[in-house]
Amino acid sequence: METRSIAAAVCLWMAGVLGAQAPKYGVGRVMSAEETRNYGIMVGPDGKGLPAGSGTAVEGQAVYAAKCRSCHGSKGEGGTGPLLVGGQGTLATGKPVKTVGSHWPYATTVWDYIYRAMPFDRAGTLKHDEAYGVVAYVLYLNGIVEEKQVMNASTLPKVRMPNRDGFVPDPRPDVGRTAGAKE
Amino acid sequence: MGAGLGSGILGKADEGRPPGRPLSGYGERSKYVKPARTMRQTKTPQAGSSATPLADMYGIITPSSLHYERHHAGVPDIDPDEHRLLIDGLVERPLLLTMGDIRRLPSVSQIHFLECGGNSGGEWQDKTGPDAQRSYGLASCSEWTGVPLRLVLREAGVKREAKWMIAEGADACRMQRSVPLVKDLDEALLAYGQNGEPLRPEQGFPLRLLTPGWEGNVQVKWLRRLFLTETPHYTRDETAKYSDLMPDGKTRIFTLTQEAKSVVTFPSGGQKLAGAGWYEITGLAWTGRGRITRVEVTLDGGREWREARLDQPVLYKAFTRFRLPWKWNGRAAEVASRATDESGYVQPTREELIAVRGRNSGYHFNGIKVWRIQADGSVTNGDA
Ligand code: HEC
Repeated sequence: METRSIAAAVCLWMAGVLGAQAPKYGVGRVMSAEETRNYGIMVGPDGKGLPAGSGTAVEGQAVYAAKCRSCHGSKGEGGTGPLLVGGQGTLATGKPVKTVGSHWPYATTVWDYIYRAMPFDRAGTLKHDEAYGVVAYVLYLNGIVEEKQVMNASTLPKVRMPNRDGFVPDPRPDVGRTAGAKE
Repeated sequence: MGAGLGSGILGKADEGRPPGRPLSGYGERSKYVKPARTMRQTKTPQAGSSATPLADMYGIITPSSLHYERHHAGVPDIDPDEHRLLIDGLVERPLLLTMGDIRRLPSVSQIHFLECGGNSGGEWQDKTGPDAQRSYGLASCSEWTGVPLRLVLREAGVKREAKWMIAEGADACRMQRSVPLVKDLDEALLAYGQNGEPLRPEQGFPLRLLTPGWEGNVQVKWLRRLFLTETPHYTRDETAKYSDLMPDGKTRIFTLTQEAKSVVTFPSGGQKLAGAGWYEITGLAWTGRGRITRVEVTLDGGREWREARLDQPVLYKAFTRFRLPWKWNGRAAEVASRATDESGYVQPTREELIAVRGRNSGYHFNGIKVWRIQADGSVTNGDA
């Protein structure tokens, strides 16, 4: 929904600039689908691109203790790394606490980010099952999934994040005046 | 004897003047010149930012070594011969490009500012930045060289359904942003040059996305992949970060344009005027909506505004240097600048911004910055 105005603008650019599609310079090597798959995952909000594998919070707790707790605290309260838990209901207050649980709109993003960027000091080392498990655990700590709920490529995108409808399009310019207008 | 007259005027009669140091392969600045990027101390300095010393800069180009930094997982060490850019997703021909392939394509050099979406984030709070560097210094300006993005996309053949592209960096966190395929991208580059040399590692060596006028984070550094899609991916750095939380609890997303902004860099916080008399007030202005058309300066906290002179030519989506000669009468004064751009947008006050967006937005602060000059010549941000 928030992308509606952007979508209209896209069509214009696509027609005008990308209309002529024949390659002109012929540079680069054309890749097969198989080769591009080896280049890493791309995960959409609908779950497209999520790999096989699964995990529950129970399994994820062990992963968390071994690979995340040192920076994010024993229950996700934060430390060297940001806090991962809490803040639901605070976004409209004077002291908003933005976390995975209170702020992030999609569970797929949690999976994608943890899988690609965490653990901070050894990014890219999590196995798919470990990532599903530790995501389940972080969501469980936030009261979003049950302890034994299985997270995989089909269940994770269906998890409804508390702030799913909390994002709005850019309305700017929204402040100040326009030149020529009276002060 | 003679010390106050400046070096070399008298010399030392007995020793004469021996020659200076010999030629060198790569130049260093004078040892007397000290400005440096400032950074906050953290336990994870790989995920942080360092700011350009704006008040020590002349003109509009930021030396590459002083360009601000913002990294989410440190600066990767990339051999350009090994680096590849993959363009895939909704394209006719998924393409893998080497740096050599990219450098064969028609290129262009353009001067543009780059500003972190979080620049001046502290200004939303009660304690504002004490000087230009620590309040407005996550902004810099360089000459960038690269290939127009659209030429490269055309090589891959973007499918009609594609409306976004996911840009991914080769840093440790493989940072990603969803980029809408809108008209502004006509100006976008895949940049490999900065101020006459290859990009600095901190700015994305060997290849970065450059989308002039947009927030820095979306201009993904160490670019390794462009993945064309129908929808954005709502990556962590466009949802949890670089999004603007409003007082009603809603978060604005994809707030890409950096709105018109300016700051007086002399006199500015931390400096001291040597006494009454003539000075040149100067500073920088920029806008993500095109060119700066006007910068006004006030010396009485906003009652009266005088038009500053803009260095010519005023460049598109680039720093614009403004200047105004000023005779200080030695009394307390409040100096500030206000920029207007060609869209007609006028830089708002801090109070106007807070009135609409509250204090928790964190990003995209572009308010007027007021410096207080005391009778003793010292300059502060005026915070109690
Ligand atoms: C060495 C310290 C360290 C370890 C270990 C670590 N993290 Fe992090 N984590 C960080 C830092 C630092 C950031 C912030 C990165 C940034 O600013 O871009 C972060 C960010 C995050 C975020 C994003 C939070 C937000 O609100 O933006 C999540 C989620 C997260 N980590 C989960 C994990 C999980 C799960 C693990 C274990 C698999 C883990 N981290 C291991 C340091 C760590």
